[in-house]
Amino acid sequence: MKLHEYQAKQVFADAGIPTPPSQLAEDVDGVLSAAGEIGYPVAIKAQVQVGGRGKAGGIELVSDDEEAREAADSILGMDLKGIHVDRVLVEGAVDFVNELYVGVTMDRGEGKPVAMVSTKGGVDIEAVAEETPDAIVREHVDPAFGMHPYQARKAVYDAGVDREVARDVASVLTTLYELWDDRDGADAEINPLMVTDDDEVIAADAVMNVDEDALFRQPEIAEMQEEAASGDELEQKADEYDFDYVRLEGDVGIIGNGAGLVMTTLDLVDHYGGEPANFLDVGGGAKAERITNALDMVFSDDNVESVVFNIFGGITRGDEVARGINEALEAFDEIPKPVVVRLAGTNWEEGMEILNEDLVTVEGTLESAVQRAVEYAEEGQA
Amino acid sequence: MSVLVDDDTRVVVQGITGGEGEFHAGQMIEYGTNVVAGAVPGKGGQEVHGVPVYDTVDQAVREEDADASVIFVPPAFAGDAIFEALDTELDLAVAITEGVPTQDMAKVNKRLTETDTRLLGPNCPGLITPGEAKLGILPGNIFAEGNVGLVSRSGTLTYQVVDNLTNRGIGQSTAIGIGGDPIIGTDFVDALSLFEDDPETEAIVMCGEIGGEDEEEAAAFIADNVETPVAGFIAGRTAPPGKRMGHAGAIVSGSGTGTAESKIDALNDAGVPVGDTPEEVADHVEDLL
Repeated sequence: MKLHEYQAKQVFADAGIPTPPSQLAEDVDGVLSAAGEIGYPVAIKAQVQVGGRGKAGGIELVSDDEEAREAADSILGMDLKGIHVDRVLVEGAVDFVNELYVGVTMDRGEGKPVAMVSTKGGVDIEAVAEETPDAIVREHVDPAFGMHPYQARKAVYDAGVDREVARDVASVLTTLYELWDDRDGADAEINPLMVTDDDEVIAADAVMNVDEDALFRQPEIAEMQEEAASGDELEQKADEYDFDYVRLEGDVGIIGNGAGLVMTTLDLVDHYGGEPANFLDVGGGAKAERITNALDMVFSDDNVESVVFNIFGGITRGDEVARGINEALEAFDEIPKPVVVRLAGTNWEEGMEILNEDLVTVEGTLESAVQRAVEYAEEGQA
Repeated sequence: MSVLVDDDTRVVVQGITGGEGEFHAGQMIEYGTNVVAGAVPGKGGQEVHGVPVYDTVDQAVREEDADASVIFVPPAFAGDAIFEALDTELDLAVAITEGVPTQDMAKVNKRLTETDTRLLGPNCPGLITPGEAKLGILPGNIFAEGNVGLVSRSGTLTYQVVDNLTNRGIGQSTAIGIGGDPIIGTDFVDALSLFEDDPETEAIVMCGEIGGEDEEEAAAFIADNVETPVAGFIAGRTAPPGKRMGHAGAIVSGSGTGTAESKIDALNDAGVPVGDTPEEVADHVEDLL
């Protein structure tokens, strides 16, 4: 789960990492009063979670009320890569001489946390990692001990950070690691960490991704999640239903159980010439109500022309799935889009007996079910 | 023949008094697995399905000679339950639990370097040696005894591929679900090496998915160390970058690592045919046998 910039900044500031003065605003008046309090020049930054905000016109540097009004007018309400901007962060501009990068993440190959420092901050760090991997110093951390102070110093000196600020940068890195550790971070990043001409270091951006599986023990972060809810209405609905759901561009709706099998179903839709509309995993052991919710979810996507339901029961039982499909479809006077069902595994025979075959098309194999759904979608588009 | 488990394996079920634990302990016993104990703090002295429950895993090992555990403990307590299993004399611990925080697994991962106990999972369906024993939640009835070893990151995808095999009369020596999390115990390389050393395993099926570089490492290992023929499958060809496709580990990163294409290429380069569909995987296996 990714925090908004303003939320991550707050978390970083609370931990003692220096950040510029900033205020959140929702309208032009709010922007002007925030800028008045902070003092010009200020940056006005759209609070949406898309990459390349600046290039897309979501960040403006302004030096007086007139410019601030104009920028606020254009940014608030704009669509940034499909996401509506309804909040901006007004932030004091930092006069810097240098831009650094510091970050902490989990190195899944090593199965260990890794702290990173680079003097090439202020640019896309993934590009730096590809083009000049040696420009990023990596220090692996034993999670049982946490990061030793020497490790922060080692990373900072090895990266070639100026001596005047090395101690402060090491201190920011140490704090960032502790924060990442305390808050069940997946990634924590400051890019850029700005260095001013009087040798102050200040976090001009803040990225914090928290492990979704750890939210049960991170109540403050979980609360932020509600505020940070994704801009996509369907993905919000999926959160309410607690589905693993990803919206895609196509017209074949997909419902299945188990991540690997659902991904495979998507791939087969593509293989047979169709385009998947979504990834939807109902998870293990889904009962009838959850199946009904899944159908509601997929029918809520206007692009969907057909639905393929692929369940291979292990924990999930075919009879429960069949009951859920019946309940969902019997509620309609007319079925919105054709539904193809393939049931296998635990209790599939009981499921086939229960399933109302007037409402759905039944197929015996994964391959034939997907092919049928792709045909229906093509007919729907025609 | 088989790897890791057979009808001699003595199993303790951690969390046997919980809903999932009780149900699947029953299913394992029905399949013929030798379940000798349960372990649940505070529930020592009870019985579930006629199996004695102990307060600690250590007691179950001492009293019942358990040598493998299956863990059905909720995510908040699963890290601790895994440590408890690793700190005994067990040969194998199988963690079924989905949603274990990654930082807990990083600590477990460190302990794995210090213990002889093997971990499978977490977030996995377990493993099965058809006709002998199953440790986990796999539906026993779709498997058949035979000579194909199967290793997979996904539960239901395993069932799908097994179904395609069994329907053609191709049985399995052992099927191992290694789990879909970013940090896991037994990985592809470990499982491949076990199958390579098993004289009865005549072909191997490896089902991977997007995210991480385990499949690429497995491909390199196959090229250098595996003589048993291998067929592959990779799920997630159509997954967009940056989106978590259900499994915590299944993410194609923004910089393009972890893609299906890179994994399929690596496997092909190692001489492993990769099916476009589960049915094609079964075709490849038939050719290899």
